[in-house]
Amino acid sequence: MPLFEALRLALHTLRTQKLKSGFSLLGVFVGVTSLIGSCSIANGVNRYMTEKFAQTIFGVNTFQLRQRPVFTPNVPDSVWRSWRRRPRIRFSDAKAITEALTVPVITAWQSSDNVSVTFGNKEARDIELTAASERYFEIRNLRIATGRPFTSQENRSGVPVAVLGDAVAKRLFVDRPPLAHSVRIGGIPYRVVGVVEHQGSLMGFPLDRFVVVPALSPAQNLVNPPGILDAFFVKAGSEVEMHDAMEQAEGIMRSRRHLRPQQDNNFVLDTSEGVQRFWAGINRILMTVMPGVVIVSLVIGGIVIMNIMLMAVAERTREIGLRKSLGARRRDILRQFLAESTTIATVGATFGIIAGIGLTILINAVSPLPASVSPSSVVVAVIMGTGVGVLAGVYPATRAARLDPITALRQE
Amino acid sequence: MSNVQLFRTGDTPLPDVIILTHKLTREYDMGSELVRALRGVSVQIQRNEYVAVMGPSGSGKSTLMNLIGCLDTPTSGEYWLNGQKVSDLADDELARIRNKEIGFVFQTFNLLPRADALHNVELPLIYAGMSARGRRERAAHALQRVGLGDRMDHKPNELSGGQRQRVAIARALVNEPSILLADEPTGNLDSTTSTEIMGVFAELHRQGQTVVMVTHEQDIAANAARVITLRDGLVATDQARAA
Repeated sequence: MPLFEALRLALHTLRTQKLKSGFSLLGVFVGVTSLIGSCSIANGVNRYMTEKFAQTIFGVNTFQLRQRPVFTPNVPDSVWRSWRRRPRIRFSDAKAITEALTVPVITAWQSSDNVSVTFGNKEARDIELTAASERYFEIRNLRIATGRPFTSQENRSGVPVAVLGDAVAKRLFVDRPPLAHSVRIGGIPYRVVGVVEHQGSLMGFPLDRFVVVPALSPAQNLVNPPGILDAFFVKAGSEVEMHDAMEQAEGIMRSRRHLRPQQDNNFVLDTSEGVQRFWAGINRILMTVMPGVVIVSLVIGGIVIMNIMLMAVAERTREIGLRKSLGARRRDILRQFLAESTTIATVGATFGIIAGIGLTILINAVSPLPASVSPSSVVVAVIMGTGVGVLAGVYPATRAARLDPITALRQE
Repeated sequence: MSNVQLFRTGDTPLPDVIILTHKLTREYDMGSELVRALRGVSVQIQRNEYVAVMGPSGSGKSTLMNLIGCLDTPTSGEYWLNGQKVSDLADDELARIRNKEIGFVFQTFNLLPRADALHNVELPLIYAGMSARGRRERAAHALQRVGLGDRMDHKPNELSGGQRQRVAIARALVNEPSILLADEPTGNLDSTTSTEIMGVFAELHRQGQTVVMVTHEQDIAANAARVITLRDGLVATDQARAA
């Protein structure tokens, strides 16, 4: 019997025994759906972490000179305490580095704390006030929706101007244009010169509740002691240049801090790599655990199919006997049942792929994760689905093929 | 039987002898005891004969039927079918012989319940590797031969017992086999329908078909031109009837 006939027969059986086939599809269906779904989620989280998260906090090709790292998962208390004892980053450190770097970079100062911002009788509480230099917007990729960022002139002279985050502008001004009005921060009026585009949220944290003012404006006293920075941002044109700049900055800082060669840095040059490394670790764990889950469900799917096929062989013993008496060879029977189990598994896998893609679209729509179907997971799903079908079919099909036609025909 | 060949081991049958068994035995090892179902059966059936095989239960007629139908292989002895020694063929070759040389008609029809008449008749052609189009034509022709040209798309449960057996006969004929091998073909039919089916057999025989029929009913066997009776695994009687 040609393969085509076997396939046609298998599809016919599937059609006529919808419920039974439906159940046997289920295992592979669930397996494939979970495979594609979880790969998509992992993909999404991956992209989220590398693109959005890392870049929102750090920016591309950017490092930060800080007292301690930004992203500090699982740090023991002792380490944390030693970090806190380190000297802080000073304006003078930033200036020295800016002057000494031979790599073309743009830099920005940054210090932040939470404050209240008022306009008239309206108040926005718990707003992140950032005192920064003018290139901060560029480095953090904060695009201005209306108005303008403050200038380097304004920054140097410490003019009380402010650029508002979207949520702050909405909270204080509702529908009115905020430009040219003054908001009060720490009792001092700041003229609004710009509003930043809506940023959305990051892992549930709103990204629009901030105000940026010039680093040397009066508000510097609200965020840090005089002359102290939270972070000094350095953005290079490429990754290679960034690493060059980091090396230079490290040397400058070590000499400024008078560190001997065997002493560790008492500052940190932090990049998004740390976050990404951390995520890569989680991702690796995910990627080792997940296939296990998927394999378990596919094995269950395979067992279900095998069971159904064994039942089918038992139920259709007479049919097998008849087919043999009409000239079916062992391999014809084998092929018939293998085709059937493979078809069941393939149809299950196909539905699974559709459901997996659907699930991905759904996740994309309702969650912030940019989940996307990885083509390799679809390929793996198809191969595994079909493989399960073949494997699960081998034993029942062999049993069917070995049936003695006389006994098979006699069976009631 | 005038032209019976005196067959010895090592001979080949005469061209007109379509079935030849020589000292055919079949033993079953039932664990504690050895059942000798056939104890040396030698029969010769000519082309275009109509033969009934009779015998009480346990006489070995089913075993002989299985051997003639190439569903089973003998313990010893020779079986020649249409000029070919088939008693020592392997499984796949036996399947090919069943497909090409033998048309089975069973007591319980053995039609595929979910397939229509046409598809049921097509089955042997699928295993013969024929193209879908050729199969369709041949199957339709076979159904017309048994008078079911207008019932091709009916499923077995939409057909009467007699019609089902006709579908089964069409299926048996579709590969133009050397022998039509019927096992109690009227066992599940009432007497009117039995007569009808016997009429079909008679007509096929008249057209040149060799028919071998196993039955335990005397009046059904009476339709055949020759009756072979088995008893205790041996041929008891072998008589031609007056036509």
